[in-house]
Amino acid sequence: MKNYKHYLVALIGSALLFSCGNQNGKSSSNGALNSSNAEKVYVAPGEQDEFYAFMSGGYSGNLTVYGLPSGRMFKEIPVFSQFPTSGYGYSEETKPMLETSFGFVPWDDSHHPDISQTEGVLDGRWIFINGNNTPRIARISLTTFETEEIIEIPNSAGNHSSSFITENTEYVVAGTRFSVPVPQRDMPINEYKSNFKGALSFISVDPEHGHMDIKFQLMMPGFNYDLSHPGRDKSHGWFFFTTYNTEEANSLLEVNASQNDKDFIAAVNWKKIEEYVNNGGGTMMPANYAHNVYDEATHTATSTMKKEVLTVDPLKVPGAVYFLPTPKSPHGCDVDPTGQYIIGNGKLSADLTVHSFDKMIAAIEGKKFDGEAYGIPILKFEDILAGVVKSGGLGPLHTEFDGKGNAYTTFFITSEVVKWKLGTWEVIDRKPTFYSVGHLMIPGGNSRKPFGKYVVAMNKITKDRYLPTGPELEHSAQLYDITGEKMELIYDFPTHGEPHYAAGIPASILAPKSQKIYRLDDNKHPYAAITPDQTRVERKGNEVHIYMSMIRSHFTPDNIEGVKVGDKVYFHITNHEQDFDVPHGFAMIGQNTSELLIMPGQTKTSVWEPKKVGVWPFYCTDFCSALHQEMQGYVRVSPADANIELTWTLGE
Amino acid sequence: MKKASIVMMVGSLLLLGLYFFPLWNIMLGAPQYPEPLGMNIYIDGIKGFNEFDIQNIDGLNHYIGMKTLPKPEDMWEFSAFPKVIGGMVFLGVLIGFLGFMGKVNHKWFLGWLILMSVLGVLGMYDFNAWMTDYGTNLDPHAIMKLANPDGSPMSYKPPLIGKAKMLNFDVDSWPRAGAYMMFLGMLLTFVAYIMGKKSRNTKTS
Ligand SMILES: [Cu+2]
Repeated sequence: MKNYKHYLVALIGSALLFSCGNQNGKSSSNGALNSSNAEKVYVAPGEQDEFYAFMSGGYSGNLTVYGLPSGRMFKEIPVFSQFPTSGYGYSEETKPMLETSFGFVPWDDSHHPDISQTEGVLDGRWIFINGNNTPRIARISLTTFETEEIIEIPNSAGNHSSSFITENTEYVVAGTRFSVPVPQRDMPINEYKSNFKGALSFISVDPEHGHMDIKFQLMMPGFNYDLSHPGRDKSHGWFFFTTYNTEEANSLLEVNASQNDKDFIAAVNWKKIEEYVNNGGGTMMPANYAHNVYDEATHTATSTMKKEVLTVDPLKVPGAVYFLPTPKSPHGCDVDPTGQYIIGNGKLSADLTVHSFDKMIAAIEGKKFDGEAYGIPILKFEDILAGVVKSGGLGPLHTEFDGKGNAYTTFFITSEVVKWKLGTWEVIDRKPTFYSVGHLMIPGGNSRKPFGKYVVAMNKITKDRYLPTGPELEHSAQLYDITGEKMELIYDFPTHGEPHYAAGIPASILAPKSQKIYRLDDNKHPYAAITPDQTRVERKGNEVHIYMSMIRSHFTPDNIEGVKVGDKVYFHITNHEQDFDVPHGFAMIGQNTSELLIMPGQTKTSVWEPKKVGVWPFYCTDFCSALHQEMQGYVRVSPADANIELTWTLGE
Repeated sequence: MKKASIVMMVGSLLLLGLYFFPLWNIMLGAPQYPEPLGMNIYIDGIKGFNEFDIQNIDGLNHYIGMKTLPKPEDMWEFSAFPKVIGGMVFLGVLIGFLGFMGKVNHKWFLGWLILMSVLGVLGMYDFNAWMTDYGTNLDPHAIMKLANPDGSPMSYKPPLIGKAKMLNFDVDSWPRAGAYMMFLGMLLTFVAYIMGKKSRNTKTS
């Protein structure tokens, strides 16, 4: 019935579009079908998109926000990379966000965003994303669209099979792609086999605040854990991880890790492990990892180093972990909305392998094992197989679902999206992409309730699609209308960074709760100047603290004297505007850090260490008003041994 | 006359709405402000239509040298009006009660209405005078000084009632719930007067 409804809505939607086209005097022949593509993606001035799409930035370390169907980019949310545009990772308040056990790491490789869920349905509270390089998981508020928390993952490396969440956001998972010695130590690399471990970290999420905490780390054999997906609905309570390099090779992996005819999908019964841990199971081991939390009231992040982590040996929890044999080096690991089918895409094969959850449970209950690996039972391939999709494509990577019983799989080598039917495994349609498609995304397409209207294909190669911009091009995304039996390519647009994966959600869920300002009367920043009469300048040894306010179109104070060479000058600046989208900027000449963009009601701190005597200007960097150009001030810098009193003025 | 007196009392009591609902509303919209800025004028002060509208209207107005919008303590009217309205409610109910008891006749109802109308007109006059001052008495150091085509300084006085165009803003100035309750109340006191008059005529004839 639900499917029928979706279909009806889609039908009415397209009927409206077509009738629109007819009004414009276009015929309803095949020609109109093509020209209506423009109408399908056109969002007229003043109108808004139907979906938000959050695309990971890959090597940009960030997350970008787009509208669908227009493909317009709305925002880049800084997550793992310093972002001079806003001062993220440069301001004193946000520098702690990028602290790790390795010190300040101002970049990462962000891959897989996932939106929080309740009962398997997108709830739009938070979006999580992994840092692949220096293993981290970030939580971003979908009210402020700001990164609120980053937790580092110890004993992990190449945090790739992340950040996927269980259907009530109980856990965010962080699986290691590279196995490493645990604990880290100096040892010969060629002794990898049986000495390295693959940590699968289950991070609990506080249902109220979203605060993250590593509940346990499952210490798996030293394979590479590539991608993962939580069970849904009937398979809720399980988590599935694709593996490669079950050979445990440590050199020339392109050959040496492609020897086994079958690798595995590791099926983890996390509820069983959770129970074991709650009953006191597991081993606490020393660790060192950062937990960084941004407080919205103080506008300030704090970084805490955690000293231990609970590890679980899978052999200590019988019945918690099984291996599902899956043809050669599977990459994507996807579970359909009903939770019945677990799809392992063998990136080196032509076929898709679909495992059945029910058959898996039956095989486990019947103890039909095909040996074991490091003590973990391996199920028999034939016993758990639901079906094989014979697609004719090459290099299947990732699968999403439309909620109408269809699945869509990307093929990297043959550059196409293939639509096939769950249960019958028949191929319904295939459309080329331009070129080398990685992930694809249907809004809600990895949840229990997909909004199956569009699919976005995220391509790795862009050449020939847009005007050339030298050797480097932004990556290309392509938008397909999937409301009909056949997919229709209706648009393509460039995306920033290298979007690996994306998450989409109807605008109607997020837009109404998007925050417009920070309330000044909620500002608890210790250095805030909430009213102009709180503005002042204080000296503490060689530190000078300037409590400054800003409003269209001046700083208070705007002339400051008594600063000396060798001082460390802190500008604590509070934006007194309480109006939507009226930030002010701040930039100081010769500053060895970035500008700040300060949102209405927010306080941010910028450090300046003047090195030269003189009278140095600062100014607002965001064209805020008709008198933006007048929004400026001076700091007089005197010699280190001068005895000029600190003074500050405005309008004198 | 008893019925008329009850209507008189109800009519007077409707003025109490002015303590809870805005008397007047001025909205400033423009294509650039799909959510217009606005202010609600109460008998005891001005509040933003949305929480921070006053601050944002003041922010815009400072370019052209307008004074910031008055706080309740800045204008005697905001302390006087509640007292005047309170007094009129008391007086109206008292007259109605005395009418009910047969101590006064319907002409008192009309007397109350005339007094209320005079006070109302004075109030409107005062309101208009304030808006004129607010819209024309501009800071000589204003950042922008705009002139009409004839060279006279531009006025930013909002209309007392109705629509007007001020620079890129469409200004709407209309009565609100408090005023409608007051008008209805005054109408009822008039009805009370007519009813009182009729009941007297039927008695005498
Ligand atoms: Cu500014």
